[in-house]
Amino acid sequence: MKNWIKVAAVSDIPTNGGACVKVADLQIAIFNFSKENRWFATQNLCPHKKEMVLSRGLIGSDQNRPKVACPFHKKTFSLEDGSCLSGEDYTIQTYPVKIENEMVFVEV
Amino acid sequence: MEKILVIGNGMVGYKFCEKFVAKGGLNSFRLTVFGEEDKRAYDRVQLSSYFTNPDFNSLALSSENWYEDQGVELLLNDKIIAVDTVKKQVTSESGLIRDFDKLIIATGSSCFIPPIKGMDKEGVFAYRTIDDLDAIIAYSKTCKTAAVLGGGLLGLEAAKAIKDLDLEAHVVEFAPRLMPRQLDTAGATLLREKIEASGVQIHLSKSTKEISGNGSIEGLSFNDDTFLKVDMLVVSAGIRPNDMLGKVMGLTLGDRGGIVVDNTLETSIKDVFAIGEVALFDGMIFGLVAPGYEMAEVLAHNLLSEDTQFFSAPDLSTKLKLIGTEVGSFGDALSEAQGDSYPIIYQDSLKGIYKRINICKKENILLGGVLVGDTSSYGMLLQMTLNKMKLPETPSSLITPATTEGATGLSVVDLPDDALICSCENITKEGICNPIKEGEAISLNELKKCTKAGTGCGGCIPMINELIEATLQSLGKDVKKYICEHFTYTRQELYSLIQVKSYKSYASVLDNLGKGSGCETCKPLVVSLLASIWNDLILDNNNDTAQDTNDRFLANIQRGGTYSVVPRIPGGEITPDKLIVIGEVAKKYDLYTKITGGQRIDMFGASLSDLPMIWETLIAAGFESGHAYGKSMRTVKSCVGSSWCRYGVQDAVGFAIEIEHRYKGIRSPHKLKSAVSGCVRECAEAQCKDFGIIATEKGWNLYVCGNGGAKPQHGSLLAVDLDRATCIRYIDRFLMFYIKTAEPLMRTSKWIHTLSGGIDYLKEVILDDSLGICADLERQMQHHVDSYICEWKDVVETPSKRSKFTHFVNSSQEDSTIEFVPMRDMKMPKPWESS
Ligand code: SRM
Ligand SMILES: Cc1cc2nc3c(=O)[nH]c(=O)nc-3n(C[C@H](O)[C@H](O)[C@H](O)COP(=O)(O)OP(=O)(O)OC[C@H]3O[C@@H](n4cnc5c(N)ncnc54)[C@H](O)[C@@H]3O)c2cc1C
Ligand code: SF4
Ligand code: FES
Repeated sequence: MKNWIKVAAVSDIPTNGGACVKVADLQIAIFNFSKENRWFATQNLCPHKKEMVLSRGLIGSDQNRPKVACPFHKKTFSLEDGSCLSGEDYTIQTYPVKIENEMVFVEV
Repeated sequence: MEKILVIGNGMVGYKFCEKFVAKGGLNSFRLTVFGEEDKRAYDRVQLSSYFTNPDFNSLALSSENWYEDQGVELLLNDKIIAVDTVKKQVTSESGLIRDFDKLIIATGSSCFIPPIKGMDKEGVFAYRTIDDLDAIIAYSKTCKTAAVLGGGLLGLEAAKAIKDLDLEAHVVEFAPRLMPRQLDTAGATLLREKIEASGVQIHLSKSTKEISGNGSIEGLSFNDDTFLKVDMLVVSAGIRPNDMLGKVMGLTLGDRGGIVVDNTLETSIKDVFAIGEVALFDGMIFGLVAPGYEMAEVLAHNLLSEDTQFFSAPDLSTKLKLIGTEVGSFGDALSEAQGDSYPIIYQDSLKGIYKRINICKKENILLGGVLVGDTSSYGMLLQMTLNKMKLPETPSSLITPATTEGATGLSVVDLPDDALICSCENITKEGICNPIKEGEAISLNELKKCTKAGTGCGGCIPMINELIEATLQSLGKDVKKYICEHFTYTRQELYSLIQVKSYKSYASVLDNLGKGSGCETCKPLVVSLLASIWNDLILDNNNDTAQDTNDRFLANIQRGGTYSVVPRIPGGEITPDKLIVIGEVAKKYDLYTKITGGQRIDMFGASLSDLPMIWETLIAAGFESGHAYGKSMRTVKSCVGSSWCRYGVQDAVGFAIEIEHRYKGIRSPHKLKSAVSGCVRECAEAQCKDFGIIATEKGWNLYVCGNGGAKPQHGSLLAVDLDRATCIRYIDRFLMFYIKTAEPLMRTSKWIHTLSGGIDYLKEVILDDSLGICADLERQMQHHVDSYICEWKDVVETPSKRSKFTHFVNSSQEDSTIEFVPMRDMKMPKPWESS
């Protein structure tokens, strides 16, 4: 069953950047596109070398599709569907996010 | 639904599945694949890399779940042992029976094992599968020497692998030269010299009589009564198609094996096809993967479409790097075609370069050729051959070194429209130029997206770049090096705009000059410009999330997501007390310590949340950030100089320390390194630095634009016998000029080649102030020096910045996935997973 889980305050997540939250044993990366006022959440694990680092990657857009670049080898992933935009056969898990009363919720 | 059954899950079998799925084949067919190996298809071409990185995943051709996700049935570790072409059924070793409507045989080939006495001894291996490699690696632990039987392409690659396993390596070849199928005698001789110089011993014209040894191999006895003592033998003497099934099914086979196929890849029985290294087309087995991929494409297309495509004999040209030596062989390399073909040969034994082209005088075209030691002209020569292009007036100019760059007089523009540029994706010159002309693409990335060109092996990318530039130019468009899709400016333009408009944050630059949300290319670039121009702290003005991870957390991210800590140790000089502090910090936080190549100490394995505490201690002891994470000044190496060394003529350490303090923290297009040597003996290696100084009796000589790293280059002498103040003034000007004008991520050593006039021009600008900008450059540098603040000191003292150094924002726990393993007397991160 899926639940909306309160994971952090909006102010905990840096503007135009990402941060990692812990939900039980799961590590989830939350991304805040402050300029566009959009939020995304994905797994924190980079599928390439299995490093827990996606939240520390640079976010941005690829033809208006929001993406994150892994800080290790700069493979990029769509934040909308988790597909790998640098042409490799990886997919990352994405999670729905919502903001209520200045708190960030993730559906897990 | 009709059923397609593929026997063999190797490179070509997989490619067929990929193409078939991509063309929507699963809408009308069910697809089942049987593979004898216990692993899903992997990249055999890169097999040798497994010796240095035994990670199956980096070789796998698809993700683990690809087959399942697509709905392809994959049955591994199960060999097909019988086929009934009447009932249209196959039987596998494990007893599975499957029906098919169409059967595709992609069983590849095996190593040919010559019938030599003693081949069954322990320690003799084939070289084809990951299982072979695992066995070789395991056995090599007990060996000191090993030989490879066969001096062709694969044999030489195997020899390199053996060398990488730290064994003494030998290559035994029956023919009188290496790579007898691709190289002529002179080319092969040069290759042999180069390979022997790298430590692999080559034995030519050797026919092996027997593999001797008692149970396990002890050596090779040759027919000329010589003997080579070795502990292991890897056989790479050619391939034999795996055509057993074809034989029992009664398919037509070639005299020397291989399942005969026609130009639709159908065998002698209807609805049975063969592709890859098992298929014999036009009397040939192609031992390369590209023709196999082409077969997969043609077959997948024909099964799904009405308009039939035909397979035709492929071009077997190759370009590769063998044990560090570049080798290329194209077209009719050995000039075997009869008639009026004559060779032109260029040889420079000193540089180790041999080039030969075969010319057809009558038609005035290129037939083929051989390149050893320098394959930079391979792409162009191959194109000329394939397209039968007319030769320039002096054909020898094609291979003799050009006096100035690009003087061969040939460019991609001269190629015919249907010249194949990207052979992986089958894209012609026209296919690349049209989208540019129609405005669909103006950059390599856009072109990759709309055409897929350059997305395979990448070998064609230099040509594609040339085509883009030439096409844009022909359209009268300014060929600008735009940063990325978010900014239609060059780095230099952005630099001026930021300066004039006084933007201080990435957000304001993007809002005013760019579009979209930015990306990993423009973000670090813009914040680096902001830092170069204003020298504000790099984490201020909300710029932290636009910094690369390393700059955002002021430390280098390393395996496991831990960070390294590098305090500045100017000139490499350090007091015993400071050494003790480093020791104590490393001990307390359990960090791996190493003396770096930059004359300082690196501590590895710090967790994100420990970084502020570590730096608090270091700063209290008088250390500062070493900026090892930034595109900024790294180290100024020094030698002890006149204070201790009996040859020293000036105080090298003192000068190095002064310089390191002056430029520390400065942000630049790429990192900056320097060194100061106390005399001409040059112990500090100043000539391989971005700027380096060597003491003379009268003062200091200043060298610029040297580089170690990937493409070493000696620095050029900018000025001689300078006093310290003048030397610093010149460096100020030099660095500021570089920072303002270089392309992103371009070291000084490359930048100097972008200045027309090179070092002479640089002398005019910096020594004679030919542009009249030197006063400005000096003022800007002085601003940098005056406004320097240690970034780490600022973080340690600023609680709001300090609190950002945590792995989770909602928990104070550490990342539990980080694991270490012991190494010598310290530790290292657990190596990357292999499966
Ligand atoms: C630690 C050290 C190796 C060592 O164990 O000795 C090292 C380690 C790294 N080097 Fe280096 N280099 C180190 C000396 C060198 C040297 C030797 C020197 O400086 O005298 C060179 C050749 C000289 C030169 O740069 O001209 C060198 C040429 C490179 C290059 C290639 C640069 C090039 O122009 O080709 C890279 C890649 C890059 O910067 O893009 C690189 C990149 C790296 C990175 C940053 C790669 C990375 O992102 O993880 C490594 C990070 C280490 C860390 O976590 O702190 N490192 N690296 C040395 C640190 C020196 C220091 O105290 O700061
Ligand atoms: C070390 C090495 C380096 C190479 N380097 C290059 C290079 O640089 N450039 C290049 O172009 N080519 C290179 N090649 C050649 C290239 O790997 C082959 O051309 C390519 O793998 C052929 O693909 P294939 O699918 O036909 O055969 P394979 O990749 O051999 O696959 C055939 C598969 O079928 C399986 N099989 C066989 N019989 C059965 C059965 N009865 N039932 C079920 N499964 C079966 C086999 O186990 C195997 O997994 C290299 C090869 C090797 C070994
Ligand atoms: S050479 Fe430099 S970049 Fe390469 S592994 Fe060694 S330290 Fe890392
Ligand atoms: S670990 Fe993420 S790109 Fe390599």
